[in-house]
Amino acid sequence: MSTSATEREQRAPVSGPASTARSPRERWRALPSPLRHLLLAALALVVVTGLLLVTGDLTALRFAAVGYTMLSIAGLQLLVGGSGQVSLGHGAFMMIGAYTMALLVGNLPMLPLSANLVLVVVVATVAGVLVGAATARLHGPYLAGATLILAVGLPGLTHRYHEFLGGSNGLTVRTAGAPPFLQGLLSASEWKALVVWTTVVIGLAVLATVSTGRLGRRMRAIRDDETAAAMSGIPVGATKVVAFVIASAAGGLAGGLQVYVLGTATPSIFTLALSLTLLAALVLGGIGSMWGALWAALAVVYLEIWLSDAVRAFSLSRDVENNLPIVLFGVLLILVLRFQPLGFHGILQRLGARLRSGRH
Amino acid sequence: MTTTATEHLLTAEGITVRFGGLTALDDVDLRVRPGGVTGLIGPNGAGKTTLFNVLSGVLRPTSGTITWKGAPPSNRRTHHLARAGIARTFQGLNLFPLMTVLDNVAVGADRLARGGPLSLLTGLGRHHRDERELRERAMAALERFGVADTAYRLPGTLPYGVQKQVALARACVGDPELLLLDEPAGGLSGGQIGDLAAQIRELGRDMAVVLVEHHMDLVMEVCDHIVVLNFGRVISTGTPDEVRADPEVTRAYLGTTDDGNE
Repeated sequence: MSTSATEREQRAPVSGPASTARSPRERWRALPSPLRHLLLAALALVVVTGLLLVTGDLTALRFAAVGYTMLSIAGLQLLVGGSGQVSLGHGAFMMIGAYTMALLVGNLPMLPLSANLVLVVVVATVAGVLVGAATARLHGPYLAGATLILAVGLPGLTHRYHEFLGGSNGLTVRTAGAPPFLQGLLSASEWKALVVWTTVVIGLAVLATVSTGRLGRRMRAIRDDETAAAMSGIPVGATKVVAFVIASAAGGLAGGLQVYVLGTATPSIFTLALSLTLLAALVLGGIGSMWGALWAALAVVYLEIWLSDAVRAFSLSRDVENNLPIVLFGVLLILVLRFQPLGFHGILQRLGARLRSGRH
Repeated sequence: MTTTATEHLLTAEGITVRFGGLTALDDVDLRVRPGGVTGLIGPNGAGKTTLFNVLSGVLRPTSGTITWKGAPPSNRRTHHLARAGIARTFQGLNLFPLMTVLDNVAVGADRLARGGPLSLLTGLGRHHRDERELRERAMAALERFGVADTAYRLPGTLPYGVQKQVALARACVGDPELLLLDEPAGGLSGGQIGDLAAQIRELGRDMAVVLVEHHMDLVMEVCDHIVVLNFGRVISTGTPDEVRADPEVTRAYLGTTDDGNE
């Protein structure tokens, strides 16, 4: 599921004893990468379902939130960690997906959810192509600046087209719960969490396949050295646009899922702060690995809740109470960057390496 | 590896490059036959690297024409030239620092993968076979250059000489027909330069090699043909012996000190 996991698999034959004829690991690696990642996705879905059944209805919505946030951050991971382009407008693509979903559910209620999700991906892809092609020649801070404009400007559209997009109240839709034959087994939120996670693991399998395959290698080559990549025959501009489009599609799909769960899309959700939070969380979780996206999503969903609870325990004034979690998040980010630039996943990797070397 | 209907693999005619008021290259001609080693020498600032950048598509000449296998290349962009079979190494190596040595070299082989855009995006179709072949090719190239044991290391953790071999492997793994080497001997010790000379001659049997080099012993030893640049102009061409005997070259390049004449 992650680049680093595969790298570790590849490294194993060298560091370990000479590999035997056909170890299970080799047989696993001989499978085509889409199949491998879909199997891992199925496994992940089983784990999530198990957790969901154990924890019950109350946490289901938070589970769903972790799911779509993770998909969004995994897309950003491919863009920032994979191709080296920094986007400050990722939240804007979530917004495009969210509003597409809300409009589809509101205006074309006969469409099934799967068709809606496909259409959301199509719209986000088109938006990604338009923005990506326009910004293809921008590097580093200039690309960040251009995408920043998108993140700042797009929410304003909802006021400009008040009739159509609902202004600051946004759009509210009703999405169906579990189908009749499952109604005794699953609550509406549990069903939604399952639908979200099914979509998310498929999306993650696609992202992981891209990231560990030839395209991912091309992106990393461009991230590391554009001139050398071009001299190896890699189309630099086109590959960058493709990375941008894939990230946009993942962000859009995540936004669509968010509306499916929350039933509402408002401009106040998709502010610049969201884009910045996604990027900060990615750094916190660990850039360069898909696992980083999981830790990042957990941080986005749970850290703020935990920090708020912790702050409330000290019974401070309301102003302090509201802003302290954000400050603590920032402090945590600075500490991670200072002491562990590879993020939480870097810490885990180091611990894993120490455990393995201790065993030998 | 063979060219038909034309004797020259690459010809550059009347190449002129101006940076504002500075003329870096002035009406330079260069002909490269398939196979063999061509040396490009000249004092500092003579325009050697500029010519390299023109040949590899990094820099667009102010005027002049380039033909590749008898016809102008359909597209002068760097990655098109690379896909057409021109590879190069860099003075600063320019390895991909955060990718394993094996991946570094696999990138060089990318042009040989046959899967289309769809397989690239979805990982379906030829992708699996492409990946296996790229990996095998990269590994074979690492073995050929004697650095296979470093396959899963990061380039930055390796000694400079090993990094140079990785860079060579990355440039050669894609079976280029023309290999441009930018100062391959820079930073190497005497013994390593001897090995490098043998290596370059070996490479010259499979592909055309053009090298820019300051190290005169190496150039005289490995090159079949030498082009001497000074102040952006070609002042002499010929075999190593002819160039060595050319008084113009001695004046421009070697003549300043006696021991430089060696």
